[in-house]
Amino acid sequence: MSLVARHLEAHGIPTVVFGCARDIVEHCGVPRFLFTDFPLGNPMGRPFDRAMQRDILGLGLALLEQAKEPRTTVQTPYVWSDDSSWKDLVLTKAQPFLDDAAKEKWLEQKAAYKQLKTERGV
Amino acid sequence: MTYVRYIDKTREYYLSEGYGTPYQWARFDDAPFTPLPRPLAECRVGLVTTSEMVIRRREHELAAIEKDPMRPSYALPIDTPIADLYSRKASYDRYATTLEDVGAYLPIAHLEQCVAEGRIAGVAPRFQVVQSQYSQRRTQSVDAPQILAQLREDRVDVAVLTAV
Repeated sequence: MSLVARHLEAHGIPTVVFGCARDIVEHCGVPRFLFTDFPLGNPMGRPFDRAMQRDILGLGLALLEQAKEPRTTVQTPYVWSDDSSWKDLVLTKAQPFLDDAAKEKWLEQKAAYKQLKTERGV
Repeated sequence: MTYVRYIDKTREYYLSEGYGTPYQWARFDDAPFTPLPRPLAECRVGLVTTSEMVIRRREHELAAIEKDPMRPSYALPIDTPIADLYSRKASYDRYATTLEDVGAYLPIAHLEQCVAEGRIAGVAPRFQVVQSQYSQRRTQSVDAPQILAQLREDRVDVAVLTAV
């Protein structure tokens, strides 16, 4: 996603990225980044919380207007829960990123991609 | 507690799973920057997402894309009823949250409200779905130019991107 934002921006379209993985987006570097410290999957706010979602979109639109330079990150004020226990087991054996079916599909497609790449040089 | 270090956690996790070479995340020293061309209230917004959206009962229309190992990007009509949209994204924090509410990752309804209120001038007639790629080069050389071309066709002034 960050690579797409960079491409659009480099070709004249201002962008704002909404996301929850601060280190990944900032590692790549994007023009404008609205960060919400939520679990991966909800960059626009908590599910079914319309007011929060509307506010987060508004903060991102304001960032589009107000940023003066690239790599501008703004963090929204929202916290997911009173304690941060949801962060503790992220990407561990107890909580792997993909479930078994998704992992299998990913590996199958990756193998097919590598084969196509070899055959066609894509 | 500060934010989650996904890069470190990914590296540690896959090393523990027996994968030898850590994934190299894209990294650049600089970043491009384009100022707004006109006031936001006069701008047409394009929406780009990694949420792998599909339309209920029309999944077959994306069957070729789903099977394609090149994981091509695609576009869907933005006026699709929200109740008909859902995400097929597998890589999100399914232990902590859900993708049941489209509004939590794809702001179609709220963007339309912004149009009604005059905060933005309009929204592109389709939104763009970019899939996570095995190849960063392919994202840069195929997906990003395709999305740029379609946003230009849609006369978009600014883009909102949601990373799911």
